[in-house]
Amino acid sequence: MGKADSVFEVIGPIMIGPSSSHTAAAVRIGQISRAILGEPVNKAIIQLHGSYALTGKGHGTDKAVIAGLMGFDAADERIRSSIEIAKDEGMVIDFQKVDLGDDYHPNTIRLLIEGASKSHFEITAISVGGGNIGVIEINGLPLRLSGEYHTLISIHSDRPGIVAKATSIMAKNKVNISTMYVSRQRRGGLAAMAVEMDQPLPPEAVSELANEAQIVRLIPPIY
Amino acid sequence: MRYDSMKQLIKLAGREKSKVGEIVLAVEAEQEGESPDTIRGQMVISWEVMKQSLEKGVTDDIQSVSGLSGGDGKLFFSRIPKYIGQDISMTVARALGVAEVNAAMGRIVACPTAGSCGIVPAAMTLAQAKLNVKEENIITALFTAAGIGIICSTKASISGAEGGCQAECGVAAAMAAGALTELAGGSPTMIGHSVALCLSNMLGLVCDPVAGLVEVPCVLRNAGGLMQAILAAELALSGIKSRIPVDEVIDAMREVGEALPESLRETALGGLANTPTGNRYRKRVG
Repeated sequence: MGKADSVFEVIGPIMIGPSSSHTAAAVRIGQISRAILGEPVNKAIIQLHGSYALTGKGHGTDKAVIAGLMGFDAADERIRSSIEIAKDEGMVIDFQKVDLGDDYHPNTIRLLIEGASKSHFEITAISVGGGNIGVIEINGLPLRLSGEYHTLISIHSDRPGIVAKATSIMAKNKVNISTMYVSRQRRGGLAAMAVEMDQPLPPEAVSELANEAQIVRLIPPIY
Repeated sequence: MRYDSMKQLIKLAGREKSKVGEIVLAVEAEQEGESPDTIRGQMVISWEVMKQSLEKGVTDDIQSVSGLSGGDGKLFFSRIPKYIGQDISMTVARALGVAEVNAAMGRIVACPTAGSCGIVPAAMTLAQAKLNVKEENIITALFTAAGIGIICSTKASISGAEGGCQAECGVAAAMAAGALTELAGGSPTMIGHSVALCLSNMLGLVCDPVAGLVEVPCVLRNAGGLMQAILAAELALSGIKSRIPVDEVIDAMREVGEALPESLRETALGGLANTPTGNRYRKRVG
Protein backbone atom coordinates (compact mmCIF):
# COMPACT_ATOMS: atom_id res chain seq x y z
CA MET A 1 0.00 0.00 0.00
CA GLY A 2 1.41 3.36 -0.98
CA LYS A 3 0.73 6.91 0.13
CA ALA A 4 -2.60 7.50 1.83
CA ASP A 5 -4.58 10.17 -0.01
CA SER A 6 -7.16 10.69 2.68
CA VAL A 7 -7.60 10.82 6.44
CA PHE A 8 -9.97 7.88 6.13
CA GLU A 9 -7.31 5.69 4.57
CA VAL A 10 -5.28 5.88 7.80
CA ILE A 11 -8.27 5.96 10.17
CA GLY A 12 -10.37 3.49 8.24
CA PRO A 13 -11.82 1.56 6.62
CA ILE A 14 -14.46 0.49 9.09
CA MET A 15 -14.23 -3.24 8.55
CA ILE A 16 -14.63 -6.71 9.95
CA GLY A 17 -11.20 -8.07 10.93
CA PRO A 18 -8.71 -9.50 10.97
CA SER A 19 -6.97 -8.45 7.76
CA SER A 20 -7.63 -5.73 5.22
CA SER A 21 -6.05 -7.81 2.44
CA HIS A 22 -7.40 -11.23 3.44
CA THR A 23 -10.80 -10.28 4.87
CA ALA A 24 -12.03 -6.85 3.71
CA ALA A 25 -10.62 -7.31 0.19
CA ALA A 26 -12.10 -10.82 -0.03
CA VAL A 27 -15.55 -9.43 0.83
CA ARG A 28 -15.16 -6.86 -1.92
CA ILE A 29 -14.10 -9.51 -4.43
CA GLY A 30 -17.30 -11.38 -3.58
CA GLN A 31 -19.39 -8.21 -3.82
CA ILE A 32 -18.08 -7.22 -7.23
CA SER A 33 -18.47 -10.77 -8.53
CA ARG A 34 -22.13 -10.76 -7.52
CA ALA A 35 -22.55 -7.38 -9.23
CA ILE A 36 -20.98 -8.74 -12.42
CA LEU A 37 -23.23 -11.80 -12.32
CA GLY A 38 -26.13 -9.38 -11.90
CA GLU A 39 -28.35 -11.70 -9.86
CA PRO A 40 -28.24 -13.76 -6.64
CA VAL A 41 -25.59 -16.48 -6.61
CA ASN A 42 -26.90 -20.06 -6.52
CA LYS A 43 -23.64 -21.91 -6.89
CA ALA A 44 -20.05 -20.88 -6.24
CA ILE A 45 -16.72 -22.61 -6.71
CA ILE A 46 -14.08 -20.51 -4.98
CA GLN A 47 -10.47 -21.12 -5.92
CA LEU A 48 -7.89 -19.69 -3.52
CA HIS A 49 -4.36 -19.12 -4.80
CA GLY A 50 -1.08 -18.23 -3.08
CA SER A 51 -1.30 -16.56 0.31
CA TYR A 52 -5.10 -16.90 0.22
CA ALA A 53 -4.70 -20.67 0.00
CA LEU A 54 -2.06 -20.74 2.75
CA THR A 55 -3.58 -18.47 5.41
CA GLY A 56 -7.08 -17.87 4.12
CA LYS A 57 -8.86 -20.01 6.67
CA GLY A 58 -7.42 -18.27 9.74
CA HIS A 59 -8.17 -14.88 8.21
CA GLY A 60 -11.77 -15.86 7.47
CA THR A 61 -11.22 -15.37 3.73
CA ASP A 62 -13.75 -18.14 3.05
CA LYS A 63 -16.47 -16.44 5.10
CA ALA A 64 -15.52 -13.07 3.61
CA VAL A 65 -15.91 -14.17 -0.02
CA ILE A 66 -19.27 -15.79 0.66
CA ALA A 67 -20.44 -12.67 2.53
CA GLY A 68 -19.57 -10.59 -0.52
CA LEU A 69 -21.41 -13.03 -2.80
CA MET A 70 -24.44 -12.60 -0.51
CA GLY A 71 -24.18 -8.82 -0.99
CA PHE A 72 -22.87 -8.00 2.51
CA ASP A 73 -20.26 -5.24 2.72
CA ALA A 74 -16.86 -5.31 4.46
CA ALA A 75 -18.24 -3.83 7.72
CA ASP A 76 -21.16 -6.27 8.06
CA GLU A 77 -21.07 -8.37 11.24
CA ARG A 78 -22.90 -11.20 9.47
CA ILE A 79 -19.59 -12.02 7.73
CA ARG A 80 -18.67 -14.33 10.60
CA SER A 81 -21.71 -16.55 9.95
CA SER A 82 -22.02 -15.93 6.19
CA ILE A 83 -21.44 -19.55 5.17
CA GLU A 84 -24.32 -20.82 7.32
CA ILE A 85 -26.56 -17.98 6.07
CA ALA A 86 -25.67 -18.73 2.44
CA LYS A 87 -26.28 -22.47 2.87
CA ASP A 88 -29.63 -21.78 4.53
CA GLU A 89 -30.57 -19.80 1.46
CA GLY A 90 -29.57 -22.69 -0.75
CA MET A 91 -26.20 -21.57 -2.10
CA VAL A 92 -24.01 -24.50 -3.14
CA ILE A 93 -20.42 -23.75 -2.11
CA ASP A 94 -17.14 -25.47 -2.95
CA PHE A 95 -13.73 -24.14 -1.83
CA GLN A 96 -10.59 -25.28 -3.63
CA LYS A 97 -6.93 -24.51 -2.97
CA VAL A 98 -5.27 -24.03 -6.35
CA ASP A 99 -1.93 -23.07 -7.85
CA LEU A 100 -2.57 -20.72 -10.77
CA GLY A 101 1.16 -20.37 -11.38
CA ASP A 102 3.79 -17.71 -10.68
CA ASP A 103 2.24 -15.26 -13.14
CA TYR A 104 -0.58 -14.63 -10.69
CA HIS A 105 -0.44 -12.22 -7.72
CA PRO A 106 0.04 -14.00 -4.36
CA ASN A 107 -3.42 -12.85 -3.25
CA THR A 108 -5.61 -14.14 -6.08
CA ILE A 109 -9.12 -15.59 -5.97
CA ARG A 110 -10.89 -17.15 -8.94
CA LEU A 111 -14.66 -17.55 -8.68
CA LEU A 112 -16.87 -19.74 -10.83
CA ILE A 113 -20.37 -18.58 -10.06
CA GLU A 114 -23.83 -19.44 -11.32
CA GLY A 115 -26.95 -17.35 -10.90
CA ALA A 116 -30.63 -18.16 -10.48
CA SER A 117 -31.17 -17.97 -14.26
CA LYS A 118 -28.24 -20.40 -14.86
CA SER A 119 -26.06 -17.54 -16.14
CA HIS A 120 -22.47 -18.12 -15.15
CA PHE A 121 -19.19 -16.28 -14.90
CA GLU A 122 -15.55 -17.01 -14.19
CA ILE A 123 -14.02 -14.02 -12.40
CA THR A 124 -10.41 -13.65 -11.28
CA ALA A 125 -9.54 -10.91 -8.82
CA ILE A 126 -6.63 -9.85 -6.64
CA SER A 127 -6.12 -8.00 -3.36
CA VAL A 128 -3.66 -5.16 -3.83
CA GLY A 129 -3.31 -3.99 -0.20
CA GLY A 130 -5.23 -1.88 2.27
CA GLY A 131 -8.47 -3.66 1.38
CA ASN A 132 -8.29 -2.52 -2.23
CA ILE A 133 -8.98 -5.01 -5.02
CA GLY A 134 -8.71 -5.45 -8.75
CA VAL A 135 -10.67 -7.69 -11.10
CA ILE A 136 -8.11 -8.96 -13.61
CA GLU A 137 -10.10 -11.44 -15.74
CA ILE A 138 -13.71 -12.09 -16.64
CA ASN A 139 -14.42 -15.36 -18.45
CA GLY A 140 -10.72 -15.63 -19.22
CA LEU A 141 -10.54 -12.19 -20.86
CA PRO A 142 -8.04 -9.77 -19.25
CA LEU A 143 -9.66 -6.68 -17.71
CA ARG A 144 -8.84 -4.09 -15.08
CA LEU A 145 -11.39 -2.69 -12.67
CA SER A 146 -11.11 -1.65 -9.04
CA GLY A 147 -14.72 -1.46 -7.83
CA GLU A 148 -14.06 2.09 -6.59
CA TYR A 149 -15.94 3.70 -9.51
CA HIS A 150 -19.12 3.41 -11.48
CA THR A 151 -18.07 0.86 -14.06
CA LEU A 152 -19.33 -0.22 -17.46
CA ILE A 153 -18.37 -3.74 -18.45
CA SER A 154 -18.99 -5.13 -21.91
CA ILE A 155 -18.16 -8.50 -23.43
CA HIS A 156 -18.76 -8.51 -27.17
CA SER A 157 -17.49 -9.75 -30.53
CA ASP A 158 -14.39 -7.87 -31.62
CA ARG A 159 -15.34 -5.43 -34.39
CA PRO A 160 -14.89 -1.73 -35.11
CA GLY A 161 -17.13 0.81 -33.43
CA ILE A 162 -17.99 -0.70 -30.04
CA VAL A 163 -15.51 1.39 -28.06
CA ALA A 164 -16.53 4.52 -29.99
CA LYS A 165 -20.17 3.77 -29.22
CA ALA A 166 -19.45 3.43 -25.50
CA THR A 167 -17.44 6.64 -25.32
CA SER A 168 -20.05 8.60 -27.29
CA ILE A 169 -22.74 7.40 -24.84
CA MET A 170 -20.58 8.74 -22.02
CA ALA A 171 -19.98 12.07 -23.76
CA LYS A 172 -23.72 12.43 -24.43
CA ASN A 173 -24.47 11.82 -20.72
CA LYS A 174 -21.65 14.13 -19.55
CA VAL A 175 -19.90 11.24 -17.86
CA ASN A 176 -16.16 11.55 -17.35
CA ILE A 177 -13.95 8.48 -17.93
CA SER A 178 -11.43 7.69 -15.21
CA THR A 179 -9.83 4.54 -16.64
CA MET A 180 -10.51 2.30 -19.62
CA TYR A 181 -9.29 -1.18 -20.46
CA VAL A 182 -9.94 -3.22 -23.58
CA SER A 183 -8.71 -6.66 -24.63
CA ARG A 184 -9.62 -9.51 -26.94
CA GLN A 185 -8.94 -13.21 -27.41
CA ARG A 186 -7.92 -12.71 -31.06
CA ARG A 187 -8.96 -10.55 -33.99
CA GLY A 188 -12.71 -11.04 -34.51
CA GLY A 189 -13.01 -13.18 -31.38
CA LEU A 190 -14.50 -12.23 -28.02
CA ALA A 191 -13.47 -8.86 -26.67
CA ALA A 192 -13.89 -7.21 -23.28
CA MET A 193 -14.07 -3.60 -22.16
CA ALA A 194 -14.16 -2.04 -18.70
CA VAL A 195 -14.67 1.67 -18.29
CA GLU A 196 -14.43 3.29 -14.86
CA MET A 197 -16.41 6.53 -14.69
CA ASP A 198 -16.62 9.49 -12.32
CA GLN A 199 -20.42 9.65 -12.68
CA PRO A 200 -23.10 6.97 -13.06
CA LEU A 201 -24.69 6.18 -16.44
CA PRO A 202 -28.46 5.66 -16.50
CA PRO A 203 -29.28 2.02 -17.47
CA GLU A 204 -31.33 3.12 -20.51
CA ALA A 205 -28.23 4.87 -21.90
CA VAL A 206 -26.58 1.51 -22.59
CA SER A 207 -29.61 -0.33 -24.02
CA GLU A 208 -28.33 0.09 -27.58
CA LEU A 209 -24.92 -1.22 -26.59
CA ALA A 210 -26.61 -4.13 -24.81
CA ASN A 211 -28.27 -5.14 -28.09
CA GLU A 212 -24.91 -5.52 -29.79
CA ALA A 213 -22.93 -7.16 -27.00
CA GLN A 214 -23.18 -10.53 -25.28
CA ILE A 215 -22.97 -8.98 -21.84
CA VAL A 216 -23.28 -5.41 -20.63
CA ARG A 217 -23.18 -4.46 -16.95
CA LEU A 218 -23.34 -1.18 -15.10
CA ILE A 219 -21.85 -1.58 -11.65
CA PRO A 220 -21.97 1.02 -8.87
CA PRO A 221 -18.90 1.57 -6.69
CA ILE A 222 -18.67 -1.09 -3.99
CA TYR A 223 -16.51 1.05 -1.67
CA MET B 1 -2.97 24.35 2.06
CA ARG B 2 -1.02 21.11 1.91
CA TYR B 3 1.62 19.26 3.89
CA ASP B 4 4.03 16.46 3.03
CA SER B 5 6.12 16.49 6.20
CA MET B 6 5.71 16.98 9.94
CA LYS B 7 7.72 20.20 9.63
CA GLN B 8 5.19 21.62 7.16
CA LEU B 9 2.23 20.46 9.25
CA ILE B 10 3.66 21.98 12.45
CA LYS B 11 4.46 25.22 10.60
CA LEU B 12 0.91 25.46 9.22
CA ALA B 13 -0.56 24.95 12.70
CA GLY B 14 1.72 27.72 14.04
CA ARG B 15 0.87 30.09 11.20
CA GLU B 16 -2.88 29.54 11.46
CA LYS B 17 -2.72 29.51 15.29
CA SER B 18 -4.80 26.34 15.31
CA LYS B 19 -4.48 22.77 16.45
CA VAL B 20 -2.68 20.29 14.20
CA GLY B 21 -5.93 18.31 13.93
CA GLU B 22 -7.80 21.36 12.64
CA ILE B 23 -5.21 21.83 9.87
CA VAL B 24 -5.52 18.16 8.89
CA LEU B 25 -9.31 18.51 8.82
CA ALA B 26 -9.17 21.70 6.73
CA VAL B 27 -6.80 20.11 4.19
CA GLU B 28 -9.00 17.02 3.92
CA ALA B 29 -12.15 19.12 3.41
CA GLU B 30 -10.45 21.20 0.74
CA GLN B 31 -9.09 18.13 -1.05
CA GLU B 32 -12.41 16.25 -1.01
CA GLY B 33 -14.49 19.32 -1.88
CA GLU B 34 -16.66 18.71 1.19
CA SER B 35 -17.53 20.95 4.13
CA PRO B 36 -15.41 20.54 7.30
CA ASP B 37 -18.60 19.53 9.13
CA THR B 38 -19.20 16.64 6.72
CA ILE B 39 -15.63 15.40 7.16
CA ARG B 40 -15.88 15.79 10.95
CA GLY B 41 -19.15 13.83 10.82
CA GLN B 42 -17.39 10.95 9.06
CA MET B 43 -14.79 10.89 11.85
CA VAL B 44 -17.57 10.85 14.45
CA ILE B 45 -18.87 7.66 12.77
CA SER B 46 -15.37 6.11 12.95
CA TRP B 47 -15.09 7.07 16.64
CA GLU B 48 -18.49 5.46 17.35
CA VAL B 49 -17.27 2.19 15.79
CA MET B 50 -14.04 2.48 17.80
CA LYS B 51 -16.05 2.90 21.02
CA GLN B 52 -18.10 -0.21 20.26
CA SER B 53 -14.93 -2.24 19.69
CA LEU B 54 -13.37 -0.80 22.88
CA GLU B 55 -16.38 -1.93 24.89
CA LYS B 56 -16.61 -5.35 23.25
CA GLY B 57 -12.90 -6.03 23.71
CA VAL B 58 -13.05 -5.99 27.50
CA THR B 59 -16.53 -7.41 28.10
CA ASP B 60 -17.20 -10.18 25.54
CA ASP B 61 -15.67 -13.63 25.65
CA ILE B 62 -13.58 -13.36 22.53
CA GLN B 63 -11.96 -16.22 20.66
CA SER B 64 -10.42 -16.04 17.20
CA VAL B 65 -11.19 -18.54 14.42
CA SER B 66 -7.76 -20.17 14.85
CA GLY B 67 -7.94 -20.17 18.65
CA LEU B 68 -4.57 -18.38 18.85
CA SER B 69 -5.96 -15.24 20.48
CA GLY B 70 -8.78 -13.95 22.66
CA GLY B 71 -9.58 -13.32 26.30
CA ASP B 72 -6.50 -11.32 27.32
CA GLY B 73 -8.20 -7.92 27.13
CA LYS B 74 -11.03 -9.04 29.41
CA LEU B 75 -8.63 -10.73 31.82
CA PHE B 76 -6.36 -7.70 32.11
CA PHE B 77 -9.23 -5.20 32.40
CA SER B 78 -10.47 -6.44 35.78
CA ARG B 79 -7.04 -6.88 37.33
CA ILE B 80 -5.43 -4.64 39.97
CA PRO B 81 -1.99 -3.78 38.55
CA LYS B 82 1.17 -4.12 40.62
CA TYR B 83 3.40 -1.51 39.01
CA ILE B 84 1.37 0.76 36.75
CA GLY B 85 -1.69 2.84 37.61
CA GLN B 86 -5.22 1.52 37.22
CA ASP B 87 -6.04 3.91 34.36
CA ILE B 88 -3.06 2.86 32.25
CA SER B 89 -3.70 -0.78 33.08
CA MET B 90 -7.30 -0.52 31.86
CA THR B 91 -6.13 1.32 28.73
CA VAL B 92 -3.68 -1.47 27.95
CA ALA B 93 -6.55 -3.95 28.38
CA ARG B 94 -8.57 -1.94 25.85
CA ALA B 95 -5.74 -2.00 23.31
CA LEU B 96 -5.50 -5.78 23.70
CA GLY B 97 -9.29 -6.08 23.53
CA VAL B 98 -9.74 -4.11 20.30
CA ALA B 99 -6.96 -6.10 18.65
CA GLU B 100 -8.69 -9.30 19.80
CA VAL B 101 -12.04 -8.12 18.42
CA ASN B 102 -10.25 -7.69 15.09
CA ALA B 103 -8.68 -11.15 15.25
CA ALA B 104 -12.09 -12.67 16.03
CA MET B 105 -13.77 -11.12 12.96
CA GLY B 106 -15.45 -8.29 14.86
CA ARG B 107 -15.98 -4.79 13.51
CA ILE B 108 -13.08 -2.35 13.93
CA VAL B 109 -11.61 0.77 12.36
CA ALA B 110 -8.24 0.12 10.73
CA CYS B 111 -5.85 2.62 12.37
CA PRO B 112 -3.70 2.77 10.34
CA THR B 113 -4.12 -0.97 9.68
CA ALA B 114 -6.37 -3.71 11.02
CA GLY B 115 -3.44 -5.35 12.81
CA SER B 116 -2.64 -2.15 14.73
CA CYS B 117 -6.25 -1.06 15.30
CA GLY B 118 -6.17 -1.06 19.13
CA ILE B 119 -3.55 1.58 19.89
CA VAL B 120 -5.18 4.89 18.91
CA PRO B 121 -8.70 4.13 20.26
CA ALA B 122 -7.29 2.89 23.57
CA ALA B 123 -5.13 6.01 23.91
CA MET B 124 -8.24 8.17 23.48
CA THR B 125 -9.87 6.45 26.47
CA LEU B 126 -6.83 7.29 28.61
CA ALA B 127 -7.24 10.99 27.77
CA GLN B 128 -10.90 10.72 28.71
CA ALA B 129 -10.13 8.99 32.01
CA LYS B 130 -7.25 11.23 33.08
CA LEU B 131 -8.13 14.63 31.60
CA ASN B 132 -11.89 14.36 31.15
CA VAL B 133 -11.55 15.71 27.59
CA LYS B 134 -14.61 16.54 25.53
CA GLU B 135 -15.78 14.32 22.67
CA GLU B 136 -15.19 17.10 20.14
CA ASN B 137 -11.54 17.33 21.23
CA ILE B 138 -11.21 13.56 20.79
CA ILE B 139 -12.46 13.96 17.21
CA THR B 140 -9.94 16.76 16.54
CA ALA B 141 -7.18 14.61 18.06
CA LEU B 142 -8.13 11.77 15.70
CA PHE B 143 -7.46 14.16 12.81
CA THR B 144 -4.08 14.95 14.39
CA ALA B 145 -3.39 11.21 14.49
CA ALA B 146 -4.54 10.85 10.89
CA GLY B 147 -2.22 13.64 9.71
CA ILE B 148 0.72 11.85 11.32
CA GLY B 149 -0.35 8.59 9.66
CA ILE B 150 -0.65 10.23 6.24
CA ILE B 151 2.85 11.72 6.53
CA CYS B 152 4.30 8.34 7.58
CA SER B 153 2.58 6.66 4.61
CA THR B 154 4.00 9.37 2.30
CA LYS B 155 7.58 9.41 3.57
CA ALA B 156 7.81 5.76 4.64
CA SER B 157 5.11 3.09 4.76
CA ILE B 158 2.18 1.86 6.84
CA SER B 159 2.33 -1.71 5.55
CA GLY B 160 3.96 -4.55 7.46
CA ALA B 161 4.78 -6.27 4.17
CA GLU B 162 6.80 -3.21 3.14
CA GLY B 163 8.20 -1.86 6.40
CA GLY B 164 7.69 -4.42 9.16
CA CYS B 165 5.68 -3.90 12.36
CA GLN B 166 7.33 -0.50 12.96
CA ALA B 167 5.23 0.65 9.97
CA GLU B 168 2.00 -0.65 11.50
CA CYS B 169 2.12 -0.66 15.33
CA GLY B 170 5.01 1.83 15.22
CA VAL B 171 3.04 4.34 13.16
CA ALA B 172 -0.13 3.66 15.18
CA ALA B 173 1.84 4.46 18.35
CA ALA B 174 3.24 7.65 16.80
CA MET B 175 -0.29 8.68 15.81
CA ALA B 176 -1.49 8.03 19.37
CA ALA B 177 1.49 9.88 20.88
CA GLY B 178 0.70 12.98 18.83
CA ALA B 179 -2.99 12.82 19.74
CA LEU B 180 -2.24 12.37 23.48
CA THR B 181 0.19 15.29 23.38
CA GLU B 182 -2.40 17.54 21.76
CA LEU B 183 -5.16 16.46 24.18
CA ALA B 184 -2.94 17.36 27.15
CA GLY B 185 -2.38 20.84 25.75
CA GLY B 186 0.99 20.23 24.10
CA SER B 187 2.12 22.58 21.33
CA PRO B 188 2.44 21.52 17.66
CA THR B 189 6.23 21.40 18.18
CA MET B 190 5.76 19.06 21.15
CA ILE B 191 3.53 16.87 18.99
CA GLY B 192 6.40 16.62 16.51
CA HIS B 193 8.77 15.56 19.30
CA SER B 194 6.29 13.00 20.62
CA VAL B 195 6.11 11.40 17.16
CA ALA B 196 9.91 11.41 16.83
CA LEU B 197 10.48 9.98 20.33
CA CYS B 198 7.84 7.30 19.86
CA LEU B 199 9.08 6.12 16.46
CA SER B 200 12.68 6.16 17.73
CA ASN B 201 11.67 3.62 20.37
CA MET B 202 9.90 1.39 17.85
CA LEU B 203 12.43 1.53 15.02
CA GLY B 204 13.32 -1.88 13.67
CA LEU B 205 10.30 -3.77 14.97
CA VAL B 206 9.76 -6.72 12.63
CA CYS B 207 6.52 -8.20 11.28
CA ASP B 208 6.61 -11.92 12.10
CA PRO B 209 3.02 -13.14 12.46
CA VAL B 210 2.73 -16.73 13.68
CA ALA B 211 0.99 -18.88 11.03
CA GLY B 212 0.64 -15.70 8.96
CA LEU B 213 -2.31 -14.60 11.09
CA VAL B 214 -2.99 -11.17 12.60
CA GLU B 215 -2.87 -12.54 16.16
CA VAL B 216 0.50 -13.52 17.65
CA PRO B 217 2.31 -11.22 18.32
CA CYS B 218 0.06 -8.53 16.79
CA VAL B 219 -2.40 -8.37 19.72
CA LEU B 220 0.48 -8.03 22.20
CA ARG B 221 2.19 -5.36 20.09
CA ASN B 222 -0.91 -3.21 20.32
CA ALA B 223 -0.33 -3.14 24.09
CA GLY B 224 3.40 -2.44 23.60
CA GLY B 225 2.72 0.29 21.06
CA LEU B 226 0.24 1.95 23.39
CA MET B 227 2.80 2.07 26.23
CA GLN B 228 5.38 3.62 23.89
CA ALA B 229 2.81 6.22 22.84
CA ILE B 230 2.03 7.17 26.45
CA LEU B 231 5.74 7.37 27.28
CA ALA B 232 6.52 9.52 24.22
CA ALA B 233 3.65 11.90 24.97
CA GLU B 234 4.79 12.33 28.59
CA LEU B 235 8.41 12.89 27.50
CA ALA B 236 7.41 15.49 24.91
CA LEU B 237 5.03 17.24 27.33
CA SER B 238 7.86 17.52 29.88
CA GLY B 239 9.85 19.49 27.33
CA ILE B 240 12.22 16.71 26.33
CA LYS B 241 13.16 17.03 22.68
CA SER B 242 14.08 14.40 20.14
CA ARG B 243 17.69 15.04 19.17
CA ILE B 244 16.88 13.83 15.64
CA PRO B 245 14.21 15.92 13.84
CA VAL B 246 10.90 14.08 13.40
CA ASP B 247 10.99 13.95 9.59
CA GLU B 248 14.48 12.45 9.70
CA VAL B 249 13.22 9.79 12.13
CA ILE B 250 10.41 8.92 9.68
CA ASP B 251 12.99 8.75 6.86
CA ALA B 252 15.07 6.43 9.04
CA MET B 253 12.02 4.22 9.54
CA ARG B 254 11.73 3.87 5.77
CA GLU B 255 15.42 3.03 5.45
CA VAL B 256 15.20 0.44 8.24
CA GLY B 257 12.05 -1.05 6.68
CA GLU B 258 13.74 -1.42 3.31
CA ALA B 259 16.72 -3.07 4.97
CA LEU B 260 14.57 -5.70 6.70
CA PRO B 261 14.85 -9.12 5.08
CA GLU B 262 11.68 -10.40 3.43
CA SER B 263 11.41 -13.08 6.13
CA LEU B 264 10.61 -10.32 8.63
CA ARG B 265 8.07 -8.46 6.53
CA GLU B 266 4.74 -10.27 7.02
CA THR B 267 5.75 -13.43 5.18
CA ALA B 268 5.62 -15.49 8.39
CA LEU B 269 9.00 -17.03 7.50
CA GLY B 270 11.08 -15.50 10.30
CA GLY B 271 11.10 -14.26 13.87
CA LEU B 272 8.42 -15.64 16.17
CA ALA B 273 6.66 -17.27 13.20
CA ASN B 274 9.73 -19.41 12.56
CA THR B 275 10.26 -20.66 16.12
CA PRO B 276 9.58 -24.38 16.74
CA THR B 277 6.34 -23.48 18.53
CA GLY B 278 5.41 -20.92 15.87
CA ASN B 279 5.84 -23.61 13.23
CA ARG B 280 3.74 -26.08 15.24
CA TYR B 281 0.93 -23.50 15.40
CA ARG B 282 1.19 -23.04 11.64
CA LYS B 283 0.70 -26.78 11.07
CA ARG B 284 -2.19 -26.88 13.52
CA VAL B 285 -4.19 -24.01 12.04
CA GLY B 286 -3.21 -24.45 8.36
